[in-house]
Amino acid sequence: MTTRDIVFVAVGVVTALSALLSVTTKHVVHAALWLLVSLGSLAGAYLVLGQELVGLVQLLVYVGAIVVLVLFALMLTRAPIGPHAEIDTPWWQRAAGAVLGAATTALLASLLLPLLSGATVDLDAPAATTPRIAQAVFGTWVWPFELLSVLLLVALVGAFAVSRLVLHREDPAADGAVRRAEGVRR
Amino acid sequence: MIHLALPGALVALLAGIGVYGVLARRNAVLVLIGVELILNAANLLLVTAGSRPGAPFSAGPVLTLFVITIAAAEITVALAIILVLFRRAGHIDLTAVPDLTDDPDDPDDPGDLDDEVESWGTPDGADDGTDDGTDEADDADGTAAPTAARSGEGAA
Repeated sequence: MTTRDIVFVAVGVVTALSALLSVTTKHVVHAALWLLVSLGSLAGAYLVLGQELVGLVQLLVYVGAIVVLVLFALMLTRAPIGPHAEIDTPWWQRAAGAVLGAATTALLASLLLPLLSGATVDLDAPAATTPRIAQAVFGTWVWPFELLSVLLLVALVGAFAVSRLVLHREDPAADGAVRRAEGVRR
Repeated sequence: MIHLALPGALVALLAGIGVYGVLARRNAVLVLIGVELILNAANLLLVTAGSRPGAPFSAGPVLTLFVITIAAAEITVALAIILVLFRRAGHIDLTAVPDLTDDPDDPDDPGDLDDEVESWGTPDGADDGTDDGTDEADDADGTAAPTAARSGEGAA
């Protein structure tokens, strides 16, 4: 066990435990906050693995944007404060989900652990990873990168169009009621 | 130096926890949390594979950045759809029987909205009537500020 191993085990235990809490807690808002802890400590795991840029982007995009979006969605859908049993499926479905999750873990572990057992990487030598990533992004990967910016634009416009969607009805009176209700909510 | 079996074990754990989260939740936003955990397991696997020496084109970290961007786009559209579902159905319970009828006489969907609007509308109308009365009084007083008019009424 080297120092990096010990640090990675510590960060990984935090990541796995907070991920487990975020899928099992009965508080709706606590689930999003535990997800924040899990993704933040996963950024720490990326740092331990020697990928500073990926860790910082993880902090910026996941912790800074996605979890905040999830919290906003929970507030806009009037998430109940306090423990709430109605957010979980019945116990037999949760048991089946636990069996399937354990099966996924066992499958991936049986594949990855023999593949990676004994493999070590020496990360202590100073290596300029970020300039190499930058050269790769704007060299080899430049067309997928540009396509990704188009995808972000399409997702933004699509989310705006979907959220402005007015569900029309046959009855004009009921349609007016819906429009008035939307006006009241705004 | 780091042993790569440790990130591999964390990848397996995160993916299994994410699968459980997708299957065990009824709230649509909490299902998305499970999806995010699965995506992060994939990201960690990409970073682990990319940190091995001799990985070409820096493929591990670059593809991780791509997956993070795609996850941001995905969750934006998914949350917009969830908000439309909430506006339409009043809940985001994924196990509820969906209301596929477009019948305005259905007591579940449009009737509740009508009642809500009526119950919110009537007190507002009453308030409007009283406000109109005070406005006319303000006009009679001349250019007095509304607060001054109210204090004057209280003193009188």
